[in-house]
Order: sequence, then C-alpha cells, then structure tokens
Amino acid sequence: MPFVTPKSQQRTYDVIVVGSGAAGGQTAYTLSMEGARVLMLEAGRRYRPEGETPMFQTPDLAPLGGVGTPQKPFGFYDATVDGGWQVPGEPYVRTTEEHAGRFDWWRARMLGGRTNHWGRISLRNGPYDFKPKSRDGLGFDWPIGYEDVAPYYDKVELLIGVYGSSEGLENTPDSPPGCLLPPPKPIVSDYLIAQRARRLGVPAIPGHRAVLTRALDHTANPRRIHPGNERAQRILAADMASRAPCLWATPCGRGCSIRANYQSTTVHLPPALATGNLDITTDAMVYEVTLAADGHASGVSYVDRTTGAHEHASARVVVLAASACESARILLNSKSTHFPDGLANSSGKVGRYLMDTVGSDVSGQVPLLESLPPLNEDAADGHQLYTPWWLYKEQLAGKLGFARGYHIEFGGGKRMPGPGTGSGLEWLTGGNYGRKFKEDVRRYYGSFVYFSGRGEMIPNENSYCEIDPGGVKDRFGIPVLRFHWQWSEHETRQAAHMQRTFGDIIEAMGGKPQKIETDGAKAIAPGGLIIHEVGGTIMGADPRVSVTNQWCQTWDVPNLFVTDGGVFPSNADKNPTLTIMAIAWRAADHILASLRRKEL
Amino acid sequence: MDRRTTIKWMLAASAAWPAGRAAAGPPTHGTALLRPPATPGYGTDPDLVTPHKRGEFWPLTLSAAQRRLAAVLSDLIIPADEHSPSASGVGVVDFIDEWVSAPYPTQQRDRPVVLEGFAWLDAEGARRGARGFAELDAARQAAVCDLLCDATRAAPEHREAAHFFALYRDLTAAAFYSSPAGAKDLGYIGNVPLTSFDGAPPELLKKLNLT
Ligand SMILES: Cc1cc2nc3c(=O)[nH]c(=O)nc-3n(C[C@H](O)[C@H](O)[C@H](O)COP(=O)(O)OP(=O)(O)OC[C@H]3O[C@@H](n4cnc5c(N)ncnc54)[C@H](O)[C@@H]3O)c2cc1C
Ligand code: SF4
Repeated sequence: MPFVTPKSQQRTYDVIVVGSGAAGGQTAYTLSMEGARVLMLEAGRRYRPEGETPMFQTPDLAPLGGVGTPQKPFGFYDATVDGGWQVPGEPYVRTTEEHAGRFDWWRARMLGGRTNHWGRISLRNGPYDFKPKSRDGLGFDWPIGYEDVAPYYDKVELLIGVYGSSEGLENTPDSPPGCLLPPPKPIVSDYLIAQRARRLGVPAIPGHRAVLTRALDHTANPRRIHPGNERAQRILAADMASRAPCLWATPCGRGCSIRANYQSTTVHLPPALATGNLDITTDAMVYEVTLAADGHASGVSYVDRTTGAHEHASARVVVLAASACESARILLNSKSTHFPDGLANSSGKVGRYLMDTVGSDVSGQVPLLESLPPLNEDAADGHQLYTPWWLYKEQLAGKLGFARGYHIEFGGGKRMPGPGTGSGLEWLTGGNYGRKFKEDVRRYYGSFVYFSGRGEMIPNENSYCEIDPGGVKDRFGIPVLRFHWQWSEHETRQAAHMQRTFGDIIEAMGGKPQKIETDGAKAIAPGGLIIHEVGGTIMGADPRVSVTNQWCQTWDVPNLFVTDGGVFPSNADKNPTLTIMAIAWRAADHILASLRRKEL
Repeated sequence: MDRRTTIKWMLAASAAWPAGRAAAGPPTHGTALLRPPATPGYGTDPDLVTPHKRGEFWPLTLSAAQRRLAAVLSDLIIPADEHSPSASGVGVVDFIDEWVSAPYPTQQRDRPVVLEGFAWLDAEGARRGARGFAELDAARQAAVCDLLCDATRAAPEHREAAHFFALYRDLTAAAFYSSPAGAKDLGYIGNVPLTSFDGAPPELLKKLNLT
C-alpha cells in the first residue's frame, strides 16, 4: 500500500524521508531498492504527470495566452502546483526589497517538488569544485573530492538518463562509456553561435540534460546500478523499459507525460514504490524532528494539510530532504531544552552560508538568422550546446578580478510562437502597424538569441536564513524564515564579465544586443532568482564549523541526515541538482550500511 | 533550455510591455469600470489539460461599443493578408477583453491604459467629424494610427496615446501569434511528435557558411 494516510502508516519505519524532490526522491529510491522500509512525507499534494501534463496544448487554449501571473509565475502551463515565488499561506520574510540584498524563494507544493518543472540541465562538478579553498583560498573545501562522488554521478546518469558528451576539458568531467545518451543535433543558431564564439576563444560543446534522446539500456544499466541485487535490477529494468524516449516536441517545464525526462515522480518514485518498501504520505507538512530521551531522533511531527491535525511518525533514521532552506527551517524550529538554538546546530551554522548561482542574461537580434525557411527547431526543448567555463588559467593568474567561473546557457531558433513573439519589437522597428507590422514579425521571428551566464557564488557571512525574529508564522502556525543576502565583488564583477562577453559574441554574429549592463551590481539577478539555492546545513570535516559530515549525517544527532543542497559548502557554476542526487545516493548507501551494521 | 530562461527571454522581447510605459492620466469619463470586479483568478492549481474558454475564470467586462472599437483597432494593426486572417478573425477581441478584465497586477495596470486609450480614440474620431473612431473611414483611421505607431516620433501631445497604441499592438500581437493561424503565418512547423530530430539542414548550413 504505497500511498498512505497518517492512519494507515506502519507503526514505525527504518527511515523517514521528508520531501519528494530530487533529494528525497533519490534518497528514498536508493533506500527502498536496497531493502529499507521507508516513509516519505511530502507537504504538497499527490501529482500524476501521466494525466496532468499539458503536452501539446497551445497558448491560445490558456488564459492570457499562458503568460506568467503571480499564481503561475512561469506561465499557465508550467508544472508548478501551489507554488512559485510565493506559496499561499506560507510566507517568508526578507530584510530588504532592494535589488542588492533581496532573496526570493521559489517553492512548489507537489509530489516531486521542483523536479517536475526544473530545466533538466545536469552537469557534474569537477575536481576543482570540491576543493575551491585549496585552489584560491576562498570559501570552503568539501570533505570529499571528485573521486568520491564520481561513481555516484555515474549511477545517477545511468538511472535518470542524461544526454551529453565527454570532451576532456579542464574541470568539466568526462563520463565513463555508457553513462551518457547522445546529445540532440544542433539547430542553425547553435552553429552560428558556436562558430562566432570560437573565433573569440569561447568554446561551445554539447549540453547535458536529463532527457532521454533514446531509450535507456534497460538490460545493462540496472546491473551497473544495483550490482548483486537481482530484485532491484528486475524492478528497475521493467520500469526503465516503460519510459519512452523524447518525441522532440513540447516544453519540458510542463513536465513530461511519457516520462522522457527526469522528474522524481516519473523516475525515482515508480520503481521505489514497486518494491513495496516505500510508503508515501502527501499533504504532510513536517515542522519538527522529535528526540528520544537518549538524544537520538525518534521521528517527525507534521501537520496533515487535509485535516489540520498534528501527527507524528517514527523511524530509526530521519532524513531531511525538503530543499536547502526548508530543511534548515525544520532544524531551527526543532528546539528543545537540550537544543535551544535548534537541532544539530551546536556549530551555530544552521541556516548559514546560503548560496545561489550568479545569473545575468543578454539577448540580441541577428540579421543572419532573419527570414530563414520554415524549420522545426523544437529539438528536446533547447540546450543542444553550451559553453563550460574556459578561463581557468587567466583566472588563477589573477587576470579577471573575480575568483570563480561561469558557464553559458544559450539558445535561439524558431520556438513555438506565443504571447511574446510579436511584442516589443520597437527597439528594432520604431513601431509599425498593418501589413508592415506583420512583415516585421515574420522577418524577426526566429532571429533572436539569448545568453544566460550561470556562475559560482562564494559563501559569505551575510547570506543566511534564520527563524523570523518578528514572529511571523505560516498558516499551520509554523515560524517562517527570514532571509539575509549580500553579493561580494567576486559575483558582481563576474556578472559584468558575462554581459561584456555576451555582447561581444552577439556582435561577432553580426547581431545587436538588446541591452548591455556594465554595472555588475545591476547586471546580477537578485539572490534566489536562479533557483539554485544551496547551503544552510553545510558539510565539513570539522564539527565546530559545519553541520554534517561527509555522509550528510548531522554531527550532533547521528541518526539525523540532510541530503538536499543544504549540505553544499560551495556552489560551483554547474547547476546543483545532479550533484544533489549523487550526494544523496552516497548518503543513502552510508545509511544502509550503518543500518545493516546496526549502528543506527 | 532552462525553463526560466525561456520565459525570461520570452518576456525580454516584450520587456517594455508591462513596465516601462507611462500609465494614462487620470480617468476622464466617470466610471469607466477602471477596475474590474474582484475575482480570485484561476488559483495556484488550475486544470492544465482541459482547454479553457475566455471568460471562464473571470467575467469579460468590455462593453459592446468597446469591443467594436477593439476589433477595428486590432484589424488596423493586424489586417488580413495573403498569409493569414485579420486579428479579429482569430479571437483577438476576446483575448483583449479577458486581459483587461483579469485580476492580476500587470493586467490591472494595463486596463486603464486601454480604456483611456479607447476613450481618446473616440474623442479623436469625433474631432475628425465622426461619431467615434470606429466610424471614421479607413483613410482617416490610418491617419490617426500614423500619428501614434512610433512612440519615439510621436508629437508631445500624442505621447500618451502612442504609449497606449504600443501596448495595444503588443496585446494584439500576443493574441494573434498565440493562435494556430498566427503560428502558421510564421511558418512554425513544430509541436508535433517526431521519431527522430535531424537538427539544421546541411544545405542551409552550407548556404550560411556554417559548415
Ligand atoms: C524553473 C526551474 C528551473 C530549474 N532548472 C534547473 C536545472 O536546469 N538544473 C538544475 O540542476 N537545477 C535546476 N533547478 C533547481 C532544481 O529544481 C533544484 O535544485 C532541485 O529540485 C532541488 O531538489 P530538492 O529535493 O532539494 O528540492 P525540491 O525539488 O524543491 O523538493 C522539495 C520537496 O520537499 C517538500 N517540502 C518542503 N518543505 C516540506 C516540509 N516542511 N514537510 C514536508 N515536505 C516538504 C516540497 O513540497 C517539495 O516537494 C531549477 C529550478 C526551477 C524552479
Ligand atoms: S521535449 Fe521531450 S523530454 Fe521534454 S517534455 Fe517534450 S517529449 Fe518530454
């Protein structure tokens, strides 16, 4: 009985996993496939991508052409349920609304969390990314290195399906044979961008996204993922065989009803449920980790959103995977006489060192791409190519004025026309109407390109969350977070560098950038906007200055783990989710071994 | 592509749409319904799969006369030609009515601009000897559009009306190019399932010196 209510739960479990996104999905998958009995508690509602995904729906069938509104910030068809920059009845507080110091917190309240609508960009951290402090003296090293995580990257790629290529570039790891699926073929604008960028010394190589460009090998992969566990292999093989490859249409952010991209709900949860070892309770808003008399975690308390009742569930091990800030919030709200500052917080570091990704974008118009013949450029929804960070040597030699790198996500092409297509052309045309206007739209359609820089932020003392000292509570009566945010010059200079670089590339294409912002403080997107928030429960080698050890195990409470991005002590330019899954898998392996040895 | 980027990018092409435009002056003609009736909107968990009809989530609020004017102006901006029908032929008026009647901040900011713009056009029509703008003949309607269509060159006394015109053009285009007829006009051939994806055609790459 996989989906259970508070009343139909078992009396106790081996492990409680809080949250069902990338972190919770991976943790619960690994544990239940390897035989542990798991209860997953998810605050959001049950969500069924097979029936709820608007695949081919066109914008005319949506209210307002599907444009974003405060109720659906990324557009009507975006998969997000009960979320966005605000969640109804679940506020948060920040110290300022100003661009420079604000933090925006994107959440979703649904089974699978943000993995239902994320961008699916899946890059491995490189060796430098685990030891940044050793390299340039700033921030923190991880207590583990690339070689510790690499086998887990392999497994995650084999399980979820990631396309890409191995190029042998610096700090941009190759994957072993068989791990990656072939990348989609580039479209016209990709060729032009790559040609002109290369002239400026900027590389362009195949992107990496969690999309099945062809079916996964359901014979070989399960064996590599679960060696020696035939039952798990069988269950995974059956599930893998039922995932269809990409059909080269429909935006991934709406979710994928044929299960061709990674969502926790379509990839992690089905086989985990098929083991019979996983129970899931949705609408369960966890607010506290409870303690037994001996100081071990005994379980969690939560509010059943359907009844408003306060419930408790118990287990030998508790794993928080509610997303970085929310896991920190649960710890900070788990106060007791023993732990007046919150649980697992003897270091005082819970909530500290929040990081997001440095983001800055430029778009432009390129005459060479005007009036091309009709082309189907849907591909697998973009990101055929990207640019990994390429200036390691210059940076290490101190020539750039900022310490860490960025990668470039770029694109263009004849994408599905919609409410933005014919709008705002005045910067190119002055403004027309009538036949001339229709000709303008035809001419410019498909001739725009965009460049998004995604860069590393260095953790600092002024970017953190805490329980709101003003006493604001959510609709369940749970104290909410207050956010503090500050960029350093390493980030703002990096943003200015992005702007200059993107302007140069667009000009090298013979195009016209819409706007270049050379003031880095203005060019940088506010904190949280790139939605790569990590940190808050960082891992380390020293219990005095970190919250967990290398196994995501809290120093203070041995049977309490945090397996989401909260444990990241640095936030490489690489989008975090693949690493979240790899680290969660590694932690789950450690939990399994400890359970077997009866240490937990 | 990163979903967020897609949307940001989509909006970047219309960056000036909700933001950079001056709102129209104070209401000139009484209770022109400058505020739509309060409705909760479609909520944070609407049904995404079933097609929606305009007016389903909140009532449409334009009067018959305003809708007539909306149709005339939309068709001046997007007339029928050999590629596609006119704006009003693909439901643009309903879209605009839905837009200005919606409960969200961007739309509520646009509403007075549109309603004031309509009123300005009718006053201008009257000044030019007709009952309203819709009743002017085509040549005189075009003469008014000529004054407004390029906001950077509009005379100071027409600046606000030109801002209205730019917004209205964006809304008309948004509705038109969201429709199947608009997508066809642009030669869009995607949103169909394929068994393989071939990428850029080699002949085209050769022609563009990209091989
Ligand atoms: C539009 C968008 C695009 C993105 N693109 C990319 C990308 O291309 N590449 C990339 O690497 N990352 C991307 N991300 C980030 C990515 O989504 C996150 O890194 C990832 O989902 C984090 O996984 P998580 O499990 O920690 O959190 P989530 O996926 O958010 O899951 C957390 C779950 O926990 C639940 N929860 C929260 N609080 C509680 C509680 N108190 N009790 C019970 N349950 C709770 C939530 O409801 C949610 O379901 C993107 C994000 C967005 C929004
Ligand atoms: S592009 Fe492919 S993977 Fe993405 S939603 Fe469409 S079918 Fe699914």
